[in-house]
Amino acid sequence: MSAVERPLIYANLRKPGYTVDIDCYIKHGGYEALKKAVAMKPEEVCKEVEVSGLRGRGGAGFPTGMKWKFLDRKSGKPCYLVINADESEPGTYKDRQIIYKDPHQMLEGIAITAWAIQAKQTFIYIRGEFQHGAQILEDAIAEAKAKGFLGNNILGTGYSCDVIVHRGGGCYVCGEETGLIESLEGKRGYPRIKPPYFPAVLGLYNCPTIVNNAETMAQVKHVLAFGGAEFAKIGIPGDSGTHIWGVSGLVKRPGLYEIEAGKATFGQLLYDFCGGPLEGRTFKAIIPGGSSTKILKFGERFKGKLPNGQEFDWALEDIPLDSNSIAACGTGLGTGGTIVIDDSVEMIQALSNLNAFYAHETCGQCTPCREGSLWLSRVSKRITTGGGLESDVPLLLDIANQVAGRTICAHGEAVAWPVQSAVPKFKDEYLDSIRRRKNGEEVSSVKLI
Amino acid sequence: MSLQASTLTKADAIIAQYPQKRSAALPLLHLVQADRGYITQEDMAWVAGKIDVTPMQVLEVVTFYPMFRQSPTGRRHVKVCRTLSCALRGSYALMESLEKSLNCPRGETSPDGDFTLEFVECIADCGCGPVVQVDHALFENVAPEKAGEFTQQLKASLKDANYGKQTPTPGTPEWNG
Repeated sequence: MSAVERPLIYANLRKPGYTVDIDCYIKHGGYEALKKAVAMKPEEVCKEVEVSGLRGRGGAGFPTGMKWKFLDRKSGKPCYLVINADESEPGTYKDRQIIYKDPHQMLEGIAITAWAIQAKQTFIYIRGEFQHGAQILEDAIAEAKAKGFLGNNILGTGYSCDVIVHRGGGCYVCGEETGLIESLEGKRGYPRIKPPYFPAVLGLYNCPTIVNNAETMAQVKHVLAFGGAEFAKIGIPGDSGTHIWGVSGLVKRPGLYEIEAGKATFGQLLYDFCGGPLEGRTFKAIIPGGSSTKILKFGERFKGKLPNGQEFDWALEDIPLDSNSIAACGTGLGTGGTIVIDDSVEMIQALSNLNAFYAHETCGQCTPCREGSLWLSRVSKRITTGGGLESDVPLLLDIANQVAGRTICAHGEAVAWPVQSAVPKFKDEYLDSIRRRKNGEEVSSVKLI
Repeated sequence: MSLQASTLTKADAIIAQYPQKRSAALPLLHLVQADRGYITQEDMAWVAGKIDVTPMQVLEVVTFYPMFRQSPTGRRHVKVCRTLSCALRGSYALMESLEKSLNCPRGETSPDGDFTLEFVECIADCGCGPVVQVDHALFENVAPEKAGEFTQQLKASLKDANYGKQTPTPGTPEWNG
């Protein structure tokens, strides 16, 4: 059975002639979901999102409705809504499309969410490199305010919420929600320790704060448009809506494909949508959901049990594209940014490339991550320059094992997981690289580090 | 202090947006850098005064975020994405080529001051790699074999009096920047 796309988030922005201005958005049914939302009580809107089963699209896949429920209402402090548009997980480029091509879709979701949680103010934390993206959003906010969808007295409800666009400074770790909050407070983006700093309790300015991903906001608009129960019918139980698969690397047609959760497989994504490997090449591995998710190797068998009790025995190509199935294979759906690696690639170079990324991006707060990421980067780089020892392969694993689980934020896991997942799967190839380079034998001409 | 008058007036409006002044640190630093091209110690002291923190608390922000610079760049700041998706599509070969054609080793500014060439980490346009950010614009699919043509484009931009002044239209490098 061939799989098809189901564009929800990307439905309008792909239409020829679709523009970022508010008139175009309204012509395509824009801000109707907001009107529906403000006719309901805030807690009813929260309920719709909870019933929808929507999971956050920032990578962790936490149920959005449940996150909103954690807001500390008893403190009496104002609560804030912060949108994480700091898209910087390698392999991920889905939010960029929304910001640059359909900003009002995100703003409508923001207005709905702000109403639902009764946020005092909203901040869109956008990565600093999206310079024009920030301008597009600011222009869109001005348009939405002029029509009463944002700002003072939204749609005559008496409720007001201003939206501020805040540019980051090029730091990956500011995509971590507590690092983002520190950054938004004008400090270095050092992630905070949880507990006690759960954003829903002690977030921005130590007030209750909801941090949601940019695409999650666009999804919220559709939850309201469909109604929670109808939205829950898209996808599969436990993972509703669509996932945007951003495929990059060595395939014929890299690109963004929006697919109903669980309604296609990695095989269909890579062959049907992306056209298969480049001429004369074969696929070797994928990193399925952004560079921090664990690598999957072609030829592996994945066996186990899904949360619903169903047993499975899959090849990589058979894995369904939903979060439960992918998690059951020992990795994660993450952000859906799939990086594809083929047989032209020397795997130690690919690992070294990522190790260099995490070493560059560690904030330096926690010793295991600060030292471990740099050490991993040096060891893997040394292998690629011919100075590797056979003992370097177990050393890589040993270092990674001492980083994961020993840090304030998940950057420690992001440092460790590529190594912990790749070393057991590609150990023989790494040893072969060490030997070849020592003997001056031919190695891959594709340079990744 | 040699910042433009418009920069100084914008600063107060930015600070007023936030419940706490200190939140304006990054926006003010972006503002200063957009004006001067980099951030001086005097600028940091000025920002510190504006948001009621010490100059040291501004310096620690400047040194934490890779986008902030304490020295000027060449007339064109060329940032090539180095991270895996772009690397798989040839960003290392592209970099080697640009180092020669722009007469500029990576991480440095060319002797004539025309170009600063750098490797940067993922700029979130992974399906169109290799991508190169040049000042305000983002160039997609700059495959290594296009390095020559791309170099010509960069050099021609040095003579363009309207560089960076036009309103971007959708789909162009300026729009995507």
